[in-house]
Amino acid sequence: MPQVIGVPKETAADEKRVATVPEIVERLIKLGFKVVVQSGAGDPANFSDDTYRAAGAAIADTAAAVWAASDIVFKVRAPSAEEVALMRDGGTSFTTLVSFIWPAQNPELLKALAAKKATVLAMDSVPRISRAQKLDALSSMANIAGYRAVIEAAHHFGRFFTGQITAAGKVPPARVFVIGAGVAGLAAIGAASGLGAIVRANDTRPEVGDQVKSMGGEFVPVDYQEEGAGAGGYARVMSEGFLKAQAGVFAREAKDADIIITTALIPGKPAPKLITAGMVKSMKPGSVIVDLAAEQGGNCELTVPHQVAVQHGVTIIGYSDLPSRLARQSSTLYATNLFRLAEELCKTKDGIINVDMEDEVIRGTTVVKEGSVTWPPPAPRLSAAPPAAAKAAAPAATAKKGQGHGEAAAPKSAGMMTILFAVAAVAFWFIGANAPATFLNHFTVFVLACFVGYMVVWNVTPALHTPLMSVTNAISSIIAIGALVQVAPPVADVDAASDRPEAWILGLVVVALALTSINMFGGFAVTRRMLQMFRK
Amino acid sequence: MATASYLGAAILFVLSLGGLSNPETSRRGNLYGIIGMAIAVLATIFGPRVTPEGYAWIAGAMAVGAVIGLYAARVVQMTQMPELVALMHSLVGLAAMLVGFANYIDPAAAGTYRGAEQTIHEIEIYIGVLIGAVTFSGSVIAFGKLSAKISGKPVLLPGRHWLNLAGLIVVIWFGWRFIGANAAAEGMMPLVVMTVIALAFGVHMVMAIGGADMPVVVSMLNSYSGWAAAATGFMLDNDLLIVTGALVGSSGAILSYIMCRAMNRNFISVIAGGFGTEGGAPARAAGAGGKENEPAGEVVSVQAAEAAELLREAKNVIIVPGYGMAVAQAQHTVYEITKELREKGVNVRFGIHPVAGRMPGHMNVLLAEARVPYDIVFEMDELNEDFPETDVAMVIGANDIVNPAAQDDPGSPIAGMPVLEVWKARTSIVMKRSMASGYAGVDNPLFYKDNNRMLFGDAKKMLDEVLVALKG
Repeated sequence: MPQVIGVPKETAADEKRVATVPEIVERLIKLGFKVVVQSGAGDPANFSDDTYRAAGAAIADTAAAVWAASDIVFKVRAPSAEEVALMRDGGTSFTTLVSFIWPAQNPELLKALAAKKATVLAMDSVPRISRAQKLDALSSMANIAGYRAVIEAAHHFGRFFTGQITAAGKVPPARVFVIGAGVAGLAAIGAASGLGAIVRANDTRPEVGDQVKSMGGEFVPVDYQEEGAGAGGYARVMSEGFLKAQAGVFAREAKDADIIITTALIPGKPAPKLITAGMVKSMKPGSVIVDLAAEQGGNCELTVPHQVAVQHGVTIIGYSDLPSRLARQSSTLYATNLFRLAEELCKTKDGIINVDMEDEVIRGTTVVKEGSVTWPPPAPRLSAAPPAAAKAAAPAATAKKGQGHGEAAAPKSAGMMTILFAVAAVAFWFIGANAPATFLNHFTVFVLACFVGYMVVWNVTPALHTPLMSVTNAISSIIAIGALVQVAPPVADVDAASDRPEAWILGLVVVALALTSINMFGGFAVTRRMLQMFRK
Repeated sequence: MATASYLGAAILFVLSLGGLSNPETSRRGNLYGIIGMAIAVLATIFGPRVTPEGYAWIAGAMAVGAVIGLYAARVVQMTQMPELVALMHSLVGLAAMLVGFANYIDPAAAGTYRGAEQTIHEIEIYIGVLIGAVTFSGSVIAFGKLSAKISGKPVLLPGRHWLNLAGLIVVIWFGWRFIGANAAAEGMMPLVVMTVIALAFGVHMVMAIGGADMPVVVSMLNSYSGWAAAATGFMLDNDLLIVTGALVGSSGAILSYIMCRAMNRNFISVIAGGFGTEGGAPARAAGAGGKENEPAGEVVSVQAAEAAELLREAKNVIIVPGYGMAVAQAQHTVYEITKELREKGVNVRFGIHPVAGRMPGHMNVLLAEARVPYDIVFEMDELNEDFPETDVAMVIGANDIVNPAAQDDPGSPIAGMPVLEVWKARTSIVMKRSMASGYAGVDNPLFYKDNNRMLFGDAKKMLDEVLVALKG
């Protein structure tokens, strides 16, 4: 029985986005789901009921009908108290809700959702790792916000962006200063330079300088040595000395800039106040500040959240609904993010989701699982984890090889590992207790070498496996040394020289030497020939 | 002096393997290997263990070997690399065997050992010769199979596991006799008998393994040749041999493991022979009962011109080469087609299954020989998710590695093996000589899919025609 995805109309004031668009409805149905959309849900974003119907969605008249019919609800904003009341009451048919939640700021909402025995996936909690980029709705919304910030600024700014020399006079280009080169900042840089403005940008993380340049901006560094990159690719709180140096840069830039766009956010903290009233005063009349951090208190001291305020002749835009002002675009991108999430949840493509808490991405996104709050998630697994696992597997494998078998080194389950370790330990003890010291020395060398080989070879790229084999083959002709030392050993060694079968030994080792030489020269030569062919 | 040189050589060998982690550094890696080998050999020759009387013999033997080796390296075709590598493994095995015998009959080598040391020394000789012999005969058979001098089909003797077990018991029993022997002449008989059994075992083991499992076998023999060198090192009290042998041995073992994983096969079942010991009977059963399982649908075959048309109109193309491309030596034509398409702005990539071909990395070497840039050649895991956005997936002489039954049909002998999901592309073109099944002996439902086109014929000839059609 395929599950039903419901998309109610957003209830927040002025919210124009919708959580799915007709194009995505089709793809969700291909994944095996049924889709119900509340009548009029897409109207503010210019998607009519008819287009949804044509894509295969059912249309429900009221929000209550959508909530009642849906196993899974896609939303944009976190649900209101009324909406939570509409959710199913747990038991066998709980609701899975997917939307922005902001769990850190809304603990009561989290409790209310848990009380409903719901499963909730928060699109704002998607882990910031490469694999999850396709579901990163924060980035796609930030991209839109950055673009729209420039458009809003242009709307309130009394001049062209681009410099022109016309019959009616010369127009200087607008100067835009962007603070924070995250996704939103970079989008703003791109949009503003696309309109022809001179764009300068600052970020606490010096390594984003190249990204700023690539979008057409000029990077303005703060001349103060401190590393600004925090966990998960966000910036972090900086030291006092740095802040002072930074304020100096901003004051200088503010005087020159016609437009300032601020995007500085620190996760879980109020937005840093970067633009002081004094800096606003120093700006030319008619200048514009767009404060993308308005919802978190604003980067500018004079920002009025959700409003446009004019202070000291400078227009300060504090809108917090910029993505919603580009509703059609943001709905499409958001719907795609949700679709990618649905794909991750429903790998079997049979229209039944599986909230797999073993999956790092899904684990991070899920804030309530069947009535129990699972937020915050455990710290993200760092990329260092896989090598650690390989290391754990290595001793077992080495121990096995230590007994002279050419068996593969398979990472084993914990139980198997324990047994292997035990066997290896007994074997080592036995050898250690009985063998003479010289042998033990050699054995130590042998085991360590196996270990080194294991570590080194895992790094070899699969494309080079054939050269690897031919080069190891060439190297194994080191056995030539075994032949060399027997060709003509010093006479002093030969106390039993009289009955030493000279001719036999010489014959055997000379043949062996010739054979290994074929290998040695041929192996290295053919490897060389192969490697020369690899080119970009 | 000699010890220091040996240490240097060992480090250079590790660096040499490490250099292969990236095509950029790989040439330097090979150079390190050469330098390390030169240091080790020269240090030994001019060290205390070799007197000047031996120089002439050494120079002669090495010169003969060098000439043959360099000649072989120059003339070998890239498609024949697996054979060459297998043959070279057999040389290492044989050399290890000979060195073991020489060491045993040399009273000077055995003279200083007493008591437990002597026993251990004799065990080392015994094991060294054993591994050497298995490596030698196994590699010879692998060479025969790879060069099609011996049929690639697994030869399964009745009760083969019992045969192996009996062989093992005999080997252990003679080993005991060998250790108990007082004089070289007395110990010779057990040693020779064991060698013969080991040779037979090597033959038997590789004969039982099917052609599709050859990548595992070749890398396993690679591993064995390393262990043989290590055993020789124990025998001669030589740490450099031990270290180098262990390096090579673990490298081969890891490769075998990677290959097994790529086929979703258990290492033991590959070695035990046939196509999966546990799956042997079900595979036949599936073949016999295959009538009702037979994939439904129609096979649509096309001509080269239509295939060219499909390629020309595509934006994204993934080429999946297999052993068929190697056999037909079609890699150069493949590159010409790639170049032509890339000039037209088509995004062409290559998807390589880990066990495509007859040895690990075989396809990469062939494509590199044809000058295909390595940054458009991807591993299976890197592009398997991209097939749904791909317009044309062109399969050249591959079968089992693109078989959807591995995912869909839990009863299939290859169920669970990771495969390239070419059927998810908008269109797939399979280039093949006939409808015959691959080495696994499994029918391929891909051929019957609606979006699949078959282009029958020799890969080289067909690709040439496609190229002409593309240019025209």
